[in-house]
Amino acid sequence: MAEEVAELKEKKEPLFSKKNLQVLKDPLDDTNPVSVQVLGICSALAVTVQVKPAIIMTLGVLFVSAFSNLIISLLRNGIPGRVRIIVQLIVVATLVTIVDQVLKAFMFDVSKQLAVFVGLIITNCIIMGRLEAFALGQKPWPAFLDGIGNGLGYGLILIAVAFFRELFGAGSVLGFQVIPEWAYEHGYVNNGLMVLPPAALFLIGVYIWIQRSRNQKLINVS
Amino acid sequence: MHSNKYTFIYAIGLSMLTAVVLVLTSQQLKPLQEANLALDSKRSVLKSVLVTSEEDEVIETAYDGSVEEMVVDSEGNEVTGVDVADVDLKREIAKEPSERQLPLYVYTEDNGSKAYIVPMRGVGLWGPVWGYLALSDDFNTIKGAFFDHKGETPGLGAEITELIFQEQFQGKKILDSNGDFASVNVLKSTMKSSLDSENRVDAISGGTITSNGVDDMIKNCVAPYLTYFNNLKSN
Repeated sequence: MAEEVAELKEKKEPLFSKKNLQVLKDPLDDTNPVSVQVLGICSALAVTVQVKPAIIMTLGVLFVSAFSNLIISLLRNGIPGRVRIIVQLIVVATLVTIVDQVLKAFMFDVSKQLAVFVGLIITNCIIMGRLEAFALGQKPWPAFLDGIGNGLGYGLILIAVAFFRELFGAGSVLGFQVIPEWAYEHGYVNNGLMVLPPAALFLIGVYIWIQRSRNQKLINVS
Repeated sequence: MHSNKYTFIYAIGLSMLTAVVLVLTSQQLKPLQEANLALDSKRSVLKSVLVTSEEDEVIETAYDGSVEEMVVDSEGNEVTGVDVADVDLKREIAKEPSERQLPLYVYTEDNGSKAYIVPMRGVGLWGPVWGYLALSDDFNTIKGAFFDHKGETPGLGAEITELIFQEQFQGKKILDSNGDFASVNVLKSTMKSSLDSENRVDAISGGTITSNGVDDMIKNCVAPYLTYFNNLKSN
């Protein structure tokens, strides 16, 4: 309570105050939704065979997490506690459906790429996790930034994993052949495991390992 | 804690509000989406005869200028009074081959030679697969093929949309050396089979179910046209 009062009395906070920037940047590393909070793993397995779907999925999640955070934060004082999860779900599902419809109307090629993945955004636990943990108790602007930060944090992992899976699984990146033809002629073979979902788990594991050895803050937090 | 009444009213109100928002979005965007779908199927038809363009207008002009749509039946008659756009392929392939309405696209090249394009639809692993198979005017040699899918696994089954898979079909034959229908079979390259090399293409490794789906789709969708093709041939 005391804190809340203090906050009310405070002069208007600048848009990109240190605290707000922290909200935006933390999910990229210290509180990364995938590698630290271990959320959204299932979609990280599904859409990271190639880089392009991973990028498109990132954009979709970014949009939905930013705006669902914003909307829930705007509604936060009116949402009845007992049905708050359902309210969150409706907001998320509505946004996802709108994204899908808009893509179909204006970016038909992209929507064909995304086909199955759009639906997966609704079930992405990062989005509801952030709504529960952050947007329900924060003002709209920080909530919006938090949504963007988490979308980016998720995308960072997704694209990193997809990069290595496509590189070693198909020898290409974004569809362009990277491993030269002569390597194949000399006996180089694409790694079939990389195309399968377990490869994403291994890669995320390696990512977490590297991240923890670099970032001392993450050790013993669990 | 909010009262029950408030909770109910809130839930109902929010549901109605989002429903209205979604209905409006859908209504507003529907014409654009349908135009996109129509253009996409025109683009796919043209891809099967190896005409490609990123420009929407090029596709429209090429399609309007050189593609003729018609509907035939399995007895080889042309069906009049039915528009190709009104034939729902999904419903047609569920029927017995003899009862189907068969849409056919006839593409006339600049030099006057014709290609007959058969639309196809089948099932992959996660959802429908579809495509167009273009036959040269000997009703045997494949001029080109185009495949697409709803949600096959990227990197595996989804590879049917890649040129490297589709190009295999060019020059293959749907009839065997005796002139009987043999289809173009999608088989593993190491699989033993009595088929001529002209009647088979390589399947996608790791995409077996999708490959089989494409294989079934070609057999199922092309066979009913043969009577009509034979009629044309004998005339």
